[in-house]
Amino acid sequence: MTLRKVFTTLCVAISAWVTFASLARAQVTFERILNSGKEPQNWLTYSGDYAGRRFSPLDQVNASNAHSLTAKWVYQTGATGKIETTPLVVDGILYATAQDDRAFALDARTGRPIWMYQYPVPADIRPCCGHVNRGLAILGDKVFLGTLDAHVVALDAKTGNVVWNVTAADYRTGYSFTVAPLVVKNLVVIGVSGGEYGIRGFIDAYDAATGERKWRFYTVPGPGEPGHETWEGDSWKVGGAPAWNTGTYDAATNQILWPTGNPAPSNRGEGRAGDNLYSNTLLALNADTGKMSWHFQFTKHDEHDWDATQVPVIIDAGGKHLIAQANRNGFFYLLDRSTGKLISAKVYGKVTWSDSKDAEGRPVAKKDASPTLEGHTVCPGALGTTNFMAPTYDPQTSLFYVTARDQCDIFSTAPQPYEAGHAYYGSAYFPSEEAEPYRGFLKAIDPATGEIKWKFEHTSPTWSGALSTAGGLVFTGDAEGNFIALDAAAGKALWHFQMGGAVYAAPMAYAVDGKEHVAIAAGSALYSFGLP
Amino acid sequence: MILRKWRRRSLGSPATTSLLLAVLTVVTHSAASFGDERNPFAGDAKAAKAGEFQFRINCALCHGLGAHGGGRGPDLTRAQKKHTHNDAEMFQVISNGIAGTAMPANGTNGQGVGMTDEEIWQIITYIRSVEVKTPANAAGNADHGKQLFYGDANCSLCHTVEGKGGRVGPDLSGVGGSRTRDAIIDSVRNPSRRLAWGLTESTKEFPQEYETITVVTADGKEIKGVALNEDNFSVQMMDTSEQIYLLEKNKLRSFKKSRESMMPIYKADLLTDKDLDDIVAYLTSVGAK
Repeated sequence: MTLRKVFTTLCVAISAWVTFASLARAQVTFERILNSGKEPQNWLTYSGDYAGRRFSPLDQVNASNAHSLTAKWVYQTGATGKIETTPLVVDGILYATAQDDRAFALDARTGRPIWMYQYPVPADIRPCCGHVNRGLAILGDKVFLGTLDAHVVALDAKTGNVVWNVTAADYRTGYSFTVAPLVVKNLVVIGVSGGEYGIRGFIDAYDAATGERKWRFYTVPGPGEPGHETWEGDSWKVGGAPAWNTGTYDAATNQILWPTGNPAPSNRGEGRAGDNLYSNTLLALNADTGKMSWHFQFTKHDEHDWDATQVPVIIDAGGKHLIAQANRNGFFYLLDRSTGKLISAKVYGKVTWSDSKDAEGRPVAKKDASPTLEGHTVCPGALGTTNFMAPTYDPQTSLFYVTARDQCDIFSTAPQPYEAGHAYYGSAYFPSEEAEPYRGFLKAIDPATGEIKWKFEHTSPTWSGALSTAGGLVFTGDAEGNFIALDAAAGKALWHFQMGGAVYAAPMAYAVDGKEHVAIAAGSALYSFGLP
Repeated sequence: MILRKWRRRSLGSPATTSLLLAVLTVVTHSAASFGDERNPFAGDAKAAKAGEFQFRINCALCHGLGAHGGGRGPDLTRAQKKHTHNDAEMFQVISNGIAGTAMPANGTNGQGVGMTDEEIWQIITYIRSVEVKTPANAAGNADHGKQLFYGDANCSLCHTVEGKGGRVGPDLSGVGGSRTRDAIIDSVRNPSRRLAWGLTESTKEFPQEYETITVVTADGKEIKGVALNEDNFSVQMMDTSEQIYLLEKNKLRSFKKSRESMMPIYKADLLTDKDLDDIVAYLTSVGAK
């Protein structure tokens, strides 16, 4: 080989390496998230895509080989409590969160940490339902974290260093973030938690580069705004309607579709007469301005804490632009995404609160469903038929899979004055002692008809979400600590692995070096599985 | 209360820290009795009412509406309490929980919102307002109850008390302190009415619910016993001879789970009301230790 040839070969090699390296470490852009289906090896947003489908186009792991899945690595977060995170994976690096606002980046092939970040959580926060966090969003060279004290923090994706940190609200009055933010264009969109405190809920959008707030949509309208008349007196000021789960984005209409939670106080309707807009509502907001184009309220004047914060899933079928939600109140709703008009509402769990529908087809509460001073039994219970567990829609089977719970509770009510930062439920609920033991399922629903095609019963109700893959599989976890692969068409368990801790998170899939992995958090750890 | 909040705050520079510490020392001496020992709402009817409401939200799940106790938590209307002798101790118990029991520390059960110091004092004020000085179950001969427990009533064949007895059923050493008299009587008269199932996952005492499991193994052997644990794929169980079986469900010929307890139903003709009272008195005397 001549010197010239050696030089040429070296140049080609270097240029190939540079190209590879830059490809492998290319920054995440809005266009990449928009076209996430084109890079199935990555998981670029909370639900995997903007449609909220939690569907992976990876098919290497399938019904014929799922039985041989094995644990590839385990990452111990060192945190205690519930891990609700869904990791992101970008070009071989996995980004996730754990309790108490920890964030970390791992080598997705080996589980070895690259960096770890611990947000300084104030000692006096009292967020409802644990010090949880459901994950990060990513854009450019930053990942975004919502914190338990209602800050939004941008971290350098390569180092975990803080780039900016802004305050959205005063945590001392009950505001917090537990949600995985959603990046749309150059904005970080995030919804607030705190429906237990009599907050005034909102959805915010921050400039990803600077942290400057670009818009805020108050989920409880102020004086002079449409919907304000649905609140009695000053009750709107402490009306709740948080927005604590990640919404979806419809690029065709440039609309963010974001669901909201319970009006406050959660179990006492007295004092807030009216529909209480926009509590328990699906909002269609212009992504650039935060202006609302339509809304659909699932449970009017809710008195059972049935937050409608479940991920709304965009489905295009038969030329129709649809959005589907398996709601905490026990009904599966299908809406026209262009107009927000209801198409159907079908029961998918044990429901006693409604036995009729209004002219639009919306389930209406029975008069005697309201909580009483003595307490009486209503189904579903306060935890709902489903809750924050992420659902999945599989375009191959055209089925919607959701974790469901059959449980009834005794709802009682009592007057409670509002005090900033104090719990504001107006009630208590108890498991009914005479009730059957609670039952938990993964249910496969045909969105077109509401028909339940199959159900897989767990030993006890689970808080796990679900993932569907092009391999014809649905993955979910259980309260006993199993991670389970099911045949997506029939619901038959094909494989399981005992992780040693209950599941409160949802699974996701990615690939490194051309090898498919499926990851889920359980106990205090994050697990990644693959073929041998 | 004031003191507790001060303690949580950052105290700033070393100079201000020393100054504040000096002030705090004085405050501690004068205010400790207010902040950490004395209930600021003692005897305040309005605070008791607020406390009743807080009790419903935070405590009634286990201790029952009206603090009369439930299937899991003790009757708090009893003036004699096992773990606390005064308001300050009760404040500590509510704040920190009781190790080794299902009583959680404030705000740690992963559901709902924790209580503020003020709300805890309101709850204590409420509990004091509903206490009954004379316990309802003074009747009953504990010595005779003990004889029955280990003798004719056959309780000890399946239940242990203070280290002695069988292991198929739950250990009853603590039950007299944590369950109400009515709850214990109901468990004896109607053992299947309410198995020890966890109320909600995060506050579940343990996985065992004493469900009855009947299986037929691949080689045709029938085994009946109580579930020690179970998931979708395996079951761990104990039969009446205290043999433990570890079984994979997909290798069984049949698997049946029932919430009919293996415990016999003790009707009045099998165990008179008086004898049952004596057994409850025995369990209560042990549970109070």
